[in-house]
Parts: sequence; structure tokens; C-alpha cells
Amino acid sequence: MIKLDKVSKKFGTGVFGLVDVNLSVDKKEFAFLVGPTGSGKTTIFRLLIREILPTEGTVIVNDWDLTKLPKHQIPHLRKKIGVVFQDLKLLFDRTVFENVVMPLEVTGVGMEEAKQRVEEVLTQVGIIEHKDKFPIQLSGGELQRVAIARALVLSPQILLADEPTGNLDSATSWEIVKLLSDINEKGTTVIMATHNVDILKNLSKRVIALEKGKLVRDDPSTSSGQVRKKEEKKV
Amino acid sequence: MKFIKSSLRNIRRSPYQAFAAVLIMMLTFLTISFFTFLLTGSSKIINFFESKPQVTAFFKNETKQKDINALEVKIKNTGKISSVEFVSKQEALKIYKQQNKDDPLLLDLVTADILPASLEISTFKISDLSGISEMLKESSIVSEVIFQKDIVSTLVSWTSAVRKIGSGLIIVLSLVSTFIMITIIGIRISQRKEDIEIMRLIGASNWYIRWPFLFEGMFYAAVGAAIGWMVASLALWYSAPFLSSFLRGIPILPVSPIFLLEVLLAELIFAIILGFLSSFLAVLRYLR
Repeated sequence: MIKLDKVSKKFGTGVFGLVDVNLSVDKKEFAFLVGPTGSGKTTIFRLLIREILPTEGTVIVNDWDLTKLPKHQIPHLRKKIGVVFQDLKLLFDRTVFENVVMPLEVTGVGMEEAKQRVEEVLTQVGIIEHKDKFPIQLSGGELQRVAIARALVLSPQILLADEPTGNLDSATSWEIVKLLSDINEKGTTVIMATHNVDILKNLSKRVIALEKGKLVRDDPSTSSGQVRKKEEKKV
Repeated sequence: MKFIKSSLRNIRRSPYQAFAAVLIMMLTFLTISFFTFLLTGSSKIINFFESKPQVTAFFKNETKQKDINALEVKIKNTGKISSVEFVSKQEALKIYKQQNKDDPLLLDLVTADILPASLEISTFKISDLSGISEMLKESSIVSEVIFQKDIVSTLVSWTSAVRKIGSGLIIVLSLVSTFIMITIIGIRISQRKEDIEIMRLIGASNWYIRWPFLFEGMFYAAVGAAIGWMVASLALWYSAPFLSSFLRGIPILPVSPIFLLEVLLAELIFAIILGFLSSFLAVLRYLR
């Protein structure tokens, strides 16, 4: 479903965002992308939605080679991938409903159908009661849920969540991770970028670690949760 | 028609820019309307003079009918005449009374005696007018010859000058409007930079993003054109009584509502093209 083959990205400043990264994520998989700030997590997400092109290597999403994808095909690609941006990218002069309905409007879905779908998704993420509020009236966790709802509204095959727990307390962070996990169980491939160690320790999911643009660890069997479970079994 | 809703929301949110855009378009189309009315009026006046007897010969008071008839036959025999009409003193008085029916003071002072009888002569070719005019002047029974070729040629040169000035002014104003519209739509695009970025990231196509701006430009231009036309039409309607008395005898007023609607339609089409072009240039410049 997602494959990065010997991908390097050098920015205009001469700094390398990624160096020779090989990575593949299967359908319906849940993977954490971890690493300190500047390690290349967001760069991978930007490559996956074809916001930027790699300097070297190939990026494949759903049989699309993004390095060869014509410009007019980019909107089609982006409709298949839901993204929860690090800075959320919500429009503060629009209500929750108006923010979430945007991808449906872009796709040309009729208003009645769109309204029904938005209500479904807002119920799924647990903020249906806030649908007519403006983002400024919501808490950090609720804003994350709005961003997740917008990413989910087109029922994407892939969901990319960039530091969705970044500014949240641990209880709210867990709620968000639980929500993403539920979404994954319904069949969506989820990649979540984070540097929240607590979450990694307590969830038995695949962990892909990056450091200074290089892939330093990618072994599902060594993920903290699974290691802990294995140790528990031994005992 | 989601883009229309989106455009109208943008217009509502920045009313001053919308007002400026409509105002500049109104100014352009007000000028276009005025010059359209002026040029149409002038060409109708020219047509009127061209279709009227082009040479009028007034006879001396004591002239006998048989001399007039002889002159009429002589002129007809040249073979250059398309029509000749004799206007007697009584008929001249009737025409005078008709033209001045609203002014009793002028009617009281005039009798058939002081109005001369005349011959109104049209030729097949304008070039034959001079010869006929000279022939009439040589006749001893003719007191005065009015040769309308001079009036027509003066009008033609005036109309041509008005057309040149009008065209120049319309071109300059259209260019100014275009540049101002490009700037206003450019500001709109800058204001909505964040929305545009988000829309792109969630899969909006370039045309989905462009259409509201293109519609906005066409909307400003169309509204400006409609207001400009309305102001010019009201001004024409308001000044119609004055113009009617000034252009006495020349049947160009009142202006037909169909003509006014045709002008509106033509202006709306031009406005939509101008609005589309301006916004398209802005979109190409600021929305790559």
C-alpha cells in the first residue's frame, strides 16, 4: 500500500530531510513514526501526499508512483489519504461542521448526503454536540477530533496523523490514540507520528524510528508493547 | 453552484473592496453608456438629415404658381431628382403650428403671409446636390437656398470626433478597470491564502479553487455595468424634455426601451468578458 524505496530528500537550504529511507506499510496496518523534532516524520507525510517530491528514490501509494504522478492527478491522490496536520489547519472563521464538510464539497457530494456523512463522522469522533461551534470555542482535544473528523470524512484508505497528541494532556492523548486505533480496526491504514514515549510503551503496534532523516529502527516484533507482552508470556 | 455561494461569502466579508470594484466598473460602463447614447443619437440625426430633402428653395413672396411649376419641371428634367415636394404658404404655416403647438405666443405672431412657399428637393446622389443648388440659386424667383450637405458633413465630422474620443476613453477606462480588478482579486487571493492551502491539501482541484475568484470578478463587472447603465438611462430619461425641445423636429426621442435593453445586454456581455479576463489574469498571477 505504501512503499518508500531508497528515498532521500534534500531541501533548498542544503539540509537533508531524509536519507536513503526504505519503508513499506501494508494495508490496514497501524504504525507509529517516531523520532525527535527534525528527524523527518513530517517530511515522510509531505512526500506521501505529494506536497513535495523526493530528491532520490521512489514513493509508491496504492500503486501510484508519486514521483511520476501528473499534477492533475494530485487531487485524486489526496482524496484517498486523510491527513491530521500537526498544526491542524482548521479554518477558524468556519464552524466545526463547515470545516469537516470541506473535503465533501471539494469532491462534489450533494449537500444532504454531505450533511449526513459529517454527522456520522462527528458522532464517531465524539463531538457531534459541537458541530455548530467555532474552533475557538473548543478545547485542544476537541480540535484534534475536528481535524480527525475532517481527515476521515471521505472514508480514506490511509490516515496520516502528524503529532496528534503533541499539545494534549496524557488522558486526552490516550483518547485520541484510542480513536485512531478504532479507526484502524475498521480497516483504515493509520500512520501516526509521535514522540510520546508513554503511548509507545503501552500499545503493541509497529514502531518506525527515524533520526536525522535516517531510518534507525523498523521491526514490528521489537515494538515496546509486544516486547512487554512477550516478556509477560515468558513469566 | 458551490462556487457562487463561496464568492458571495467573500464579497460579504470584504465589502469595501467589493464596493471599490463595483464603483470602478460602474464608472467605465457609465462612460460606455453615455457614448453609446451620444453616438447612436448622432447617427440618427445624420440619417434624419440625409433622408430629408437635401436642398430647400424658398420663393420670393410675389412668385406666381406657374413660375414655380416651370422651375419644378426644369429641375425634374435633369434626371437627377428622386423627389420634389412643393410646400405652399398655408402648408408652411401648418408645419410651423405643429412644431410650435406648445408656445401660443409664437403662434399668434405668425401668419401664412410671412412664411415663404418652398420646394423640397432630394437627389439620387449626394454629389448632384451642388449642381441642383446652383441651378436654383440662378433662378430669379428663388430668394434663398438651404443646402443641407454642409449640416450633414459638419455632423459627420463631429460624430467622428466624438467616436474617437469615446473609443479612447473607453479603452483607457477598460484598462484601468482591468488593472484595478486584478489588484482587488489579487488581494482576495492573498486574504484566502490559508483556505487555498488547506483546500489544496484536502484534494481540491485548481479549477475548484479558481472558480469563486473568476465568478467574483464577473459579478463585480456585471453589477457595475448594470448600475452604470441605469444611471446613464435615468440621466437620459431626466433630460429627455430638454433634449426634445433642443432637437425639435428630429424624431430620436423618446428612446425605445428595446434599444435601452439591447444596450444593457451588450454591456453585460462585455462586462462579464472583462470581469472574467481580469480575474483570470489575477488568478494566473497570484494563484499558481
